[in-house]
Amino acid sequence: MMEQWLESAPSWSNIALFFGLGALLLAVVLAFVTYSILAERKVMGFMQGRIGPNQVGGRFGLLQTVADVLKLLLKEDTIPKAADRPLYVLAPVIAFAPSFMVLAVVPFTDAFRFADLGVGLLYYIAVSGLTIVGVITGGWASNNKYALLGGMRAAAQMISYEIPLVMSALGVVLLAGSMNLVDIVNAQQDVWFLFAQPLAFLIFLIAAVAELNRTPFDLPEAESELVAGFHVEYSGFRWAFFMLAEYVYMFAMAALITVLFLGGWHPVAFLGWIPGAVWFALKFCAVVFVFIWFRATFPRVRADQLMEFAWKVLLPLSLANIVLTAVVKAWFF
Amino acid sequence: MSNIYANSYAIVFVFLCLGVLLPVGALTLGRWLRPHVPSEAKETTYESGNNPFHDSRIQFQVRYYLFALLFVIFDVETVFFYPWAVVYDQLGLFAFVEMVLFITLLALGLIYAWKKKVLRWM
Repeated sequence: MMEQWLESAPSWSNIALFFGLGALLLAVVLAFVTYSILAERKVMGFMQGRIGPNQVGGRFGLLQTVADVLKLLLKEDTIPKAADRPLYVLAPVIAFAPSFMVLAVVPFTDAFRFADLGVGLLYYIAVSGLTIVGVITGGWASNNKYALLGGMRAAAQMISYEIPLVMSALGVVLLAGSMNLVDIVNAQQDVWFLFAQPLAFLIFLIAAVAELNRTPFDLPEAESELVAGFHVEYSGFRWAFFMLAEYVYMFAMAALITVLFLGGWHPVAFLGWIPGAVWFALKFCAVVFVFIWFRATFPRVRADQLMEFAWKVLLPLSLANIVLTAVVKAWFF
Repeated sequence: MSNIYANSYAIVFVFLCLGVLLPVGALTLGRWLRPHVPSEAKETTYESGNNPFHDSRIQFQVRYYLFALLFVIFDVETVFFYPWAVVYDQLGLFAFVEMVLFITLLALGLIYAWKKKVLRWM
């Protein structure tokens, strides 16, 4: 269906159609964020021997996040006097917009996908890097010492882990021979890249968690030392958009890991009668669960360990992985 | 083919618009709903209860700059890697040797930075 629309001549009605579909995806993503926050709190609660939210919206706290969002919407919005007002207002938008833009290239199933870019993976990486600009703008514009430190740390961490992330994904591109995410999924018909590229998968997973600023790499928001990091001065809905960007990235990253390493919508072995969308959702949820699991079990690493791990361990390993993959591909295929 | 290309970038543009419209729309909607009672105390900079003193935009640690430089170098290298990886099948042994040379140079640079203690975070 999407293919027909993509092949038709570009026109304003096409753009209106894409706008409607994009708004639909946005609604799905917002619903995911609402319930992934609840799932995170519930799963972490159970892992720590608690119950988690159980008051608002019945026994499972189904409306807890909805109530939280409404409360944020009604919060007073204060902008500190010392802040750089235009940049302060702009920062949440710069941080959020790329997080949704990256979803344009992620194929969810054979039929349900959006842009068909030849440079899909490169587009994802390039656009996701823009969020750093929003984060550092917010930290700088607040004119607050904690915020500036948090913003600087976030930028240093995100650029450091971007390199192993990009280099490990190269192994997948080498094997698939394409940067188009649909081609990459189709190349995994028989063997998932999780098994063909185990080292790349490990590096990618670690770097992805660091890119998402999640535990054990949540130093930009280290509550015990930086209060909250780059968004100390933000309140109400402006703050909510920084958080939203973080969770939309979680959605995007889980989807990208599913596409790159877990075979996208391809079924396991003989279970082909289950539709691809279900397979994608299952793999996707497994990745999200792993992210939450990490958060509940790992302690936060130190700042020096964090940086040195990226440059001294992950980067040499990912370089070695590229050479290894090239050798294997040249001699055995 | 060119239709797919144009339509795909139209989608990217639409996603950009949606990504900007949502925060702008939600914040405008919020403006009518939320209270607005500014006061002197609310607009001070937060510093864990201390009275805020002087500007926070000071000259900053130089190590952030060094890491930013390293990032630029390695990120540009990865941009060269990607086209190579895509056409690796067609180029064969020549491309492989070229790339091994390239990676060796990169690794030498990394080792140099390592020995110069640029990678130490302290």
